Amino acid sequence: MNEEIILKEADEQEISINMGPQHPSTHGVLRLVLSLKGEMVQKVEPHCGYIHRGMEKMTESMTYQQIIHLTDRLDYLSAHMNNAAVCLAVEKALDIEVPERVKVIRTIMDELARIASHQLWWCSFGMDLGGLTCFFYGLRDREKILDIFEETTGSRLIQSYYCPGGLMADIHPNFQQKVKEFIKYFRKILPEYDELLSGNIIMMERAKGIGKMSKEEAISFGMTGPSGRGSGFSCDVRKHHPYHAYDKVKFNEVLRTEGDTYARYMVRMDEMRESMNIIEQLIDNIPDGDFAVKMKPIIKLPEGEYYQRVEAARGEFGVYIISKGEKNPYRMKFRSPNFSNLSALDALTRGHKIADLIAIGGSLDYVIPDIDR
Amino acid sequence: MPFTFSIYDFTGFTQWVDATLRGACSPFWATLWEMVIVGVLFLAFYAVVGLYLVYAERKVCAFIQNRVGPNRVGPYGFFQTIADLIKLLMKEIISIKQADKLLFNLAPFIVIVTSFLALAAIPFAKGLHPIDLNIGVFYVMAISSMGVVGILLAGWSSNSKYSLLGAMRSGAQIISYELSVGMSLIAICVLAGSMQLSVIVEQQRDLWFIFKGHFPAITAFIIYMIAATAETNRGPFDLAEAESELAAGFHTEYSGIKFAFFFLAEYMNMFIVASLAATIFWGGWMPLHIPGLESFNHVMDFIPPVLWYIGKTAVIILIMMWFKWTFPRLRIDQLLNLEWKFLLPISLVNILIMAFIVLMGWYIGL
Repeated sequence: MNEEIILKEADEQEISINMGPQHPSTHGVLRLVLSLKGEMVQKVEPHCGYIHRGMEKMTESMTYQQIIHLTDRLDYLSAHMNNAAVCLAVEKALDIEVPERVKVIRTIMDELARIASHQLWWCSFGMDLGGLTCFFYGLRDREKILDIFEETTGSRLIQSYYCPGGLMADIHPNFQQKVKEFIKYFRKILPEYDELLSGNIIMMERAKGIGKMSKEEAISFGMTGPSGRGSGFSCDVRKHHPYHAYDKVKFNEVLRTEGDTYARYMVRMDEMRESMNIIEQLIDNIPDGDFAVKMKPIIKLPEGEYYQRVEAARGEFGVYIISKGEKNPYRMKFRSPNFSNLSALDALTRGHKIADLIAIGGSLDYVIPDIDR
Repeated sequence: MPFTFSIYDFTGFTQWVDATLRGACSPFWATLWEMVIVGVLFLAFYAVVGLYLVYAERKVCAFIQNRVGPNRVGPYGFFQTIADLIKLLMKEIISIKQADKLLFNLAPFIVIVTSFLALAAIPFAKGLHPIDLNIGVFYVMAISSMGVVGILLAGWSSNSKYSLLGAMRSGAQIISYELSVGMSLIAICVLAGSMQLSVIVEQQRDLWFIFKGHFPAITAFIIYMIAATAETNRGPFDLAEAESELAAGFHTEYSGIKFAFFFLAEYMNMFIVASLAATIFWGGWMPLHIPGLESFNHVMDFIPPVLWYIGKTAVIILIMMWFKWTFPRLRIDQLLNLEWKFLLPISLVNILIMAFIVLMGWYIGL
């Protein structure tokens, strides 16, 4: 590469730039300290903690029902999945078998949340690349899912819909019809996303071969979710350790081996299709029954350690509870996918340009409250 | 000289103004008065066009993006940009301690003055042509490429790393794309045999150059559109601003009316580039004439030339806005590759083809 040689000769001096905490493409209050030589990124140093709320400590003085509401505020785009992790951990500890109806509704809700999250990711990824129109297309369709959530759960972003033992409320009578309408609509609209961004020559040039990560590296960085699967790391918790009703539905784990930004992009695009398949299999077969099992008002977990992981929209979300037999956990730890994915940012971006850093960051799809907790 | 006014031909009117002024005062003062009149008219024109291009862009992008766009201030939000301008005028102009004061304050003026100067050579209608230079195309090219000095100074003097990166990108970009713009225009100058814009327009009386020069003219037009979009720093070539990468690039540190200067200059540059495209490729104010269809040509002649000019410019501006709101942004090395590896060689070959076609007389037309 002649160009690189010229650049290296021209810029002997490294400059360091502070990207964030206020920056349009850090998706929140993430601060990246970059070392640059000209346009080339030499080093990226993420500085976390700008939205640290001490959630893990807070849980120690809260009951398990209250903790559910905290987990919404981690990765607010996959609030359902975060709730599910805590609920499943508590249910596992107490040895409660939730009704089939609950399992199916939870699966549908999780997948709807995954689609909504990937839509927002698509919006912001397009915007990071400079295609502002993507942002509005994605939000237009995400709105429809949020409407469905609002009708059933009562809120749009942080729903706190699951509770230990089942659901907060039964589904709205319109739920099934609305979801079916949405699937029909979104199947028609998803090719539009491909036309606008996936098949765009500029986008492909920007994404292909950029930010490559091999499978081994991805595993050693602990990259999970679509970011890990883009490198060929088979890490779908839904497939390997099924929870909810995932063992009853047929779906493919989307895997790509290229490991570049485009692979991570395409994994997410295909995951939206898979999620729609899962919902379609379940939406007509919601079994009758209770929407929750009767629980005691105060939940006390038996003494011991419990771990539950779920597949959140950004990867593997884990909840680790140490209980001393009281109504509060003794210690609680969240394993957030974004934190591990962010750790790979430096390795991914070294030797690329600033514009690539933004594209790679977009393809990792970080949500800052999930990193800082 | 008797007073005449016609929407189809402004020559009589402008000559009457000139004769009246020259009759009333000495030639020096008459020229000075003419300059003042033209300058004031241009300032008004500049403000109106700049503001309403911003409005148009906001509406166009809103329609592309499933939105309504500005719709609160006045009917259809028609006065929105005026309200915005008032807001920008009243905002505090933040002065930066570490900045190079002189250059920092000078930069927005350089940018706006160059875009203002380029306007002078554009023929708006027959006789409505501020200064008809015999090297009109060259003049517009030369002036519009001076804008990069302002952008570079803005980035440099801000003493901000983001601004500096934006300015450096912009410098590399504009200087490279300048070549393609020039080369594609030269192809048409070869066909016209002149660089005088009035002559170029007049020669398109039979048929616009984009039809007359068929294949090479269309190639030149496409190259011109790409390069001109890049030269005006607009998306998908808006690397100098790159709001998702560099926050706002070279004008990160500017506020209030100085920011508005950059903003207006961007839109005026777009207007100039579009009117140059309309003039050179689509016949400027010349109505659409097709040789052989006399009655059709007469019908076309009934539409005033000013409307033809505005319409053509508007269509080209619309195409440029469409670009911006559809495509993602290129990366700096891809941008330079596109210019040096594709556009420039193609346009060089294109000039040769055009010259050959002109020599052999293979162009369409009389």
